[in-house]
Amino acid sequence: MEEQRICILCPAGCHLKISGGKDDFKVEGNRCPRGAQYAYDEIHDPRRTVTAVAMTDAHCSCCCPVKSDSPVPKAMINELLELIYASEVKLPVRCGQIMIENFNNTNINVIFTRTINSTKELMS
Amino acid sequence: MSENKHEITDVVIIGGGAAGLSAGKITAKHGLSTVILERDSRMGGILNQCIHNGFGVHHFKEELTGPEYAERVYHEALAAGCAMYTGTTVMDVSGKRLKRVLCCSPEHGVREFNARAVVLAMGSRERNRGNIAIAGARPAGVFTAGTAQRLMNINGFVPGSEAVIIGSGDIGLIMARRLSWAGVKVNAVIEIMPYAAGLPRNIAQCLEDFDIPLHLSCQTLRINGRDRVESVDVAPLENGRVCLEKTFNISCDTILMSVGLIPENELSQKAGARLNPLTGGPVVDSRMMTSAEGVFACGNVLHIHDLVDYVSSEAEMVAEKIRLFLGGDVKAPEIKTVPGGNIRYVIPGGFEPGTDSTFYMRPLAVMDKARMNIYQDGRLIYDHPVKYVKPAEMLKVHLSPDFDDALPSGGDLKFSLKAE
Ligand SMILES: Cc1cc2nc3c(=O)[nH]c(=O)nc-3n(C[C@H](O)[C@H](O)[C@H](O)COP(=O)(O)OP(=O)(O)OC[C@H]3O[C@@H](n4cnc5c(N)ncnc54)[C@H](O)[C@@H]3O)c2cc1C
Ligand code: SF4
Repeated sequence: MEEQRICILCPAGCHLKISGGKDDFKVEGNRCPRGAQYAYDEIHDPRRTVTAVAMTDAHCSCCCPVKSDSPVPKAMINELLELIYASEVKLPVRCGQIMIENFNNTNINVIFTRTINSTKELMS
Repeated sequence: MSENKHEITDVVIIGGGAAGLSAGKITAKHGLSTVILERDSRMGGILNQCIHNGFGVHHFKEELTGPEYAERVYHEALAAGCAMYTGTTVMDVSGKRLKRVLCCSPEHGVREFNARAVVLAMGSRERNRGNIAIAGARPAGVFTAGTAQRLMNINGFVPGSEAVIIGSGDIGLIMARRLSWAGVKVNAVIEIMPYAAGLPRNIAQCLEDFDIPLHLSCQTLRINGRDRVESVDVAPLENGRVCLEKTFNISCDTILMSVGLIPENELSQKAGARLNPLTGGPVVDSRMMTSAEGVFACGNVLHIHDLVDYVSSEAEMVAEKIRLFLGGDVKAPEIKTVPGGNIRYVIPGGFEPGTDSTFYMRPLAVMDKARMNIYQDGRLIYDHPVKYVKPAEMLKVHLSPDFDDALPSGGDLKFSLKAE
């Protein structure tokens, strides 16, 4: 097996050349050790951090940004998005506060990424 | 604001984005009275609408989303003692030694601040359809990528059901993923250049993850549709020629234009700052001061940044320079800095030997392995390897105070990239 990937962990965006199997797994082109781990994960268990907005219970169409606190297995992303879109958030919320806990028993939480104290703040 | 009439503020910062907040944090920490004026209803600037992650890897050693980064720098600026006013638009900057900053807000009406130093931190605006001339009627459904981002991330609207993105800048790429995750089908990204304008990581995680085709060396000829966008006509470029006979059509009801940012500089010119045609921002000397005495600039208003971390470090450098300036430091003779091979511009435009100096620059073309060279009067005085040079990424060169290879009496410093 030989594959080319771009490491997405930082803006350097190293071009990774991945070869070998479970025992002779080899990565070239990474400028730091995180890239090697990324390459391994990308082949065996690809994940992405999910960011989205959740609707609030405010009367206007106003929303609050959220993110998964660690990367989500790619195959579960759509399910997680559905869950976020179907929820209605009650204000106030604090940046870092948990919105969805332990999604699908993955130990992954969805957290708010902005502090919103009141509807008034959203309307402005 | 009448109570302010005779009061003098040390530093007035125009714009409360990453640049303004980061600069204010440091000037206030140095005990300088600092006011930040922001037009929008909240501080944070463009970061507020960038809900994706990837911010702060260098600066906070942590991967944050835009709103999280904004909230952090906001709290840092607040804790340092900055006075901040939102909903406040600055209309004019005048005055020679003492600067008069004229602004207005619904809350306080028209008011004036007297400042010993002014920081321009107004950010940038997007190029639009008018800037790149595409034929067709004016149907609904054409957005700049940033406008679409604001609509989706601040207001919660989804702009359409099938989209085409014109231009492969990072904002467009980020929006391709955002749209896909919101259930909008992105049919293509069209790029006129033979390479993508955005970062490789964004090509990987925003296009390849969703199998979105990227058409390089292709020009958008026409936007079709009368009331609402229906499709676009696209033709490949071969040897600089548009191949009309190979024109193809892509259907869509929504078009996002991601064709670059332009520094927002009407106010800078009013303040008397000369602009640099290469950056679209003001010319600055080794003190990061514009051609208007006491007026400094940082962030996207100075030159377009792709990394907020660099915006913050540049802004903090400006704050240090302001401390020296207000402390009575007189300007030392400086050496001009100029772009050489494969460099579009160098900022700041001057170097004062013996000072801690950081230079930011943009390459013109891709180079796999290169050396950053600095020449003075034809003499090589700095030589450092750099890898993966690309126009989408800004380069940074640091010269420490003990760098003594440049002759103060010598000619310009020429920054060049040489392929290895
Ligand atoms: C859409 C987009 C996506 C990006 N994605 C990333 C990313 O993934 N990772 C990363 O590291 N970087 C990213 N960047 C780059 C980085 O975040 C920005 O370059 C940076 O935030 C710009 O900060 P700024 O303070 O210079 O400008 P801005 O954030 O634009 O702030 C300027 C502020 O000035 C205010 N203003 C303007 N004129 C006036 C006036 N006359 N009076 C009062 N106020 C005024 C504006 O309202 C605005 O709030 C992105 C940039 C954009 C535009
Ligand atoms: S390998 Fe390291 S340096 Fe390269 S992109 Fe990944 S995290 Fe960044």
